[in-house]
Amino acid sequence: MPNLRQHLTDTLLILAIVLAFTALLLAIVGASPIEAFGHLFKGSFGSWSKFSRVLNVWIPLTLCSLGLLYAFRSGLWNIGVEGQMVLGAIGAAGVLRWGVDSGNPLLMLTLALLAGMLLAALWALLAGWLKTRGGVHEIFAGLGLNFVSMGIILWLIFGPWKRPGIASMSGTEPFPAALWFPTLEGWRVSPFALALTVLAIIITARVLNHSRFGLNLKAVGHNPRAVSLYGLSPQFYLLIGIIISGALAGLAGGLQVSGIYHRLIPAISSGYGYLGLLVVMLANFRLLPIPFIALFFAALNVGSIQLPMMMQLDSSLSGVIQGACVLSALLVFGLRKLKRGRNP
Amino acid sequence: MRSRVRALLVSAAAALLCLFAPAAVISAEEVTFGMLLVGPHNDHGWSQAHYEGGRYVEEKVAGSKMIYIDKVNPADRPGLTIPMVVDDLVDKGATLIIGNSDDMKDGIREAAAQHPEIKFIHISGDDVLTGKAPANLSNLMGRMEYGKMMAGFVAGLTTNSGKVAYLGPLINEETRRLAVSSYLGARHAWTQVRGKPADQFRFKVSWIGFWFNIPGVTADPTQVARNFLDTGHDVVLSGIDTTEALIVADQRRKEGADVYALPYDFIGSCNSAPEACLGVPYFNWGPDYARIVRGLANGEWKQSWTWTNPNWADINDIDHSAIGFVPGAALSEENKAHLQAFIDDLGSGKLNLFSGPLNYQDGTPYLQAGEKASDKQIWYLKQLLEGMEGASK
Repeated sequence: MPNLRQHLTDTLLILAIVLAFTALLLAIVGASPIEAFGHLFKGSFGSWSKFSRVLNVWIPLTLCSLGLLYAFRSGLWNIGVEGQMVLGAIGAAGVLRWGVDSGNPLLMLTLALLAGMLLAALWALLAGWLKTRGGVHEIFAGLGLNFVSMGIILWLIFGPWKRPGIASMSGTEPFPAALWFPTLEGWRVSPFALALTVLAIIITARVLNHSRFGLNLKAVGHNPRAVSLYGLSPQFYLLIGIIISGALAGLAGGLQVSGIYHRLIPAISSGYGYLGLLVVMLANFRLLPIPFIALFFAALNVGSIQLPMMMQLDSSLSGVIQGACVLSALLVFGLRKLKRGRNP
Repeated sequence: MRSRVRALLVSAAAALLCLFAPAAVISAEEVTFGMLLVGPHNDHGWSQAHYEGGRYVEEKVAGSKMIYIDKVNPADRPGLTIPMVVDDLVDKGATLIIGNSDDMKDGIREAAAQHPEIKFIHISGDDVLTGKAPANLSNLMGRMEYGKMMAGFVAGLTTNSGKVAYLGPLINEETRRLAVSSYLGARHAWTQVRGKPADQFRFKVSWIGFWFNIPGVTADPTQVARNFLDTGHDVVLSGIDTTEALIVADQRRKEGADVYALPYDFIGSCNSAPEACLGVPYFNWGPDYARIVRGLANGEWKQSWTWTNPNWADINDIDHSAIGFVPGAALSEENKAHLQAFIDDLGSGKLNLFSGPLNYQDGTPYLQAGEKASDKQIWYLKQLLEGMEGASK
């Protein structure tokens, strides 16, 4: 198992760099690194209620990261994941608004998630088409579409979907409790949403690593010109890759609306799309580490709220740690590549 | 669980203390309260006023302790939800939670339902009036309408061009009634004190979209304030939580323009540019907070929707007045005297600016001649008034 050992040393190396860097930073501002790390840890794993908050972040973050993995496999940088999540949230909110009086909440919630996935997939397809038909690089298309999606959600919240008499940054009127994504008594995280996410992980593992489709997707990503010699359409796989990517981001957006905020708010994506990009990069574009890295990032996000409360430190430290992780990972991966190049 | 065990221990210890302590000093229970601030705790505005109110409680009510968390809004802290922060504050021992923004309405209500044993105060809300509040949730607000009337009055006294501007946040019932109060004060000064014709007076409201600047989402308040001054307005009243209007007016004064501004919310807001500042209507949350915390320490809680008056004997009495108005360095002595007379008349009830005839902006009647507005008619103001420029919805 030399492979596993290498991964482990890489991970430890990355963590050591990040810890040293963050500790130095904290020492410079005159705060105790031990205390800060202690608060981060206790604030995320210190109790079941806190851990369930972590899981509430883990769910959308993992879904976005899984989606990104499909796009990366087909060779695409789906920066538009953020906007796709927003569109997913809009789709779900639209269905829930429409179904407020339907008397069948379970059906409505299912429809809401499906509508969110569909709308987000179409939004992703738009970026894919711009790439395959218009020759627009997907990074620019994605960024552009992210801005447009922000425009749409703000327009809806301040316009047609505003609260009676009041347009507010706090979003649309909350849905009645019957239309909240179901959870169990006393639970702060929905076990059903958790199960959905675990299911998505398992399916992704099957599809990407053990199916012909996954193999073809990978082939397209590696060498789009060569695959056409084998009768595969690179464009088809590219579009399918980004559509799945969008659908998973849309599911994340739909769950944010139905399970977390119970309404549509401008910041509904909470930046999880962009954070997902970091997760996937840190995972070196492999599936297995994604759930764990996502859990680590989610814990940082939730735990960091302790810093301003207990130490009067800015909570953006969690962002610094996340960024430092990715940078040192790129460094470690890069060094590894260099070394391999020298001693083949 | 742990907090319950701790509560049990604390109450056991308290019981023991009561047994052994002399009867006179039966110590009340110590109260830890959590404060959710929508903006930074040092914003020189709305959030700082609440923060200082919390510090006042710590000073005045023995054994009380505040845990605060600021910038509680989804733009500054993506992914954060109110119920999540409340869970954490309760873990830390808080038995009272104060949420200081209208924006937190839904989250506070959800958290209050999840924690029936914890008491909640939602500032500026009306869940108690609408019947949506669970029994452990109260609403509190100061009657800033009076503060805004004073601010408007001073603006109306000072303006040379007869054009006063109001830098508004988002549009809701609260912000409409505050803009309208400012307008009524300004118009009163212009027509009644200065005796000038009403048709030479302009009052313009522009809304930026939120309580403070969120780049890319709201209009930039600095830009909006500059626009006001570029279009002939010479006094800007701020209705937002931060001090951009005052800063812009100060810059223009340094370039030679004769313009002024009035910030909002926080007693110390004038300090950043005293020469451009005509005064500031501010909230003084300390006395109300201390009253509530003291009550809780004695085991008293009653759900209420409270709209606290200023202390008319001295509106700047820090221990008793919920709102106040500090005249700025830029306000002339003569106008200061006018202001004092105005305040006295408001306090004695001789003057009531919410008296008919008043029309809504679209011309429909708000108050008939001789009619005085009830609390609810003021609280739930449906539109701006006739004579004001700017969006009502």
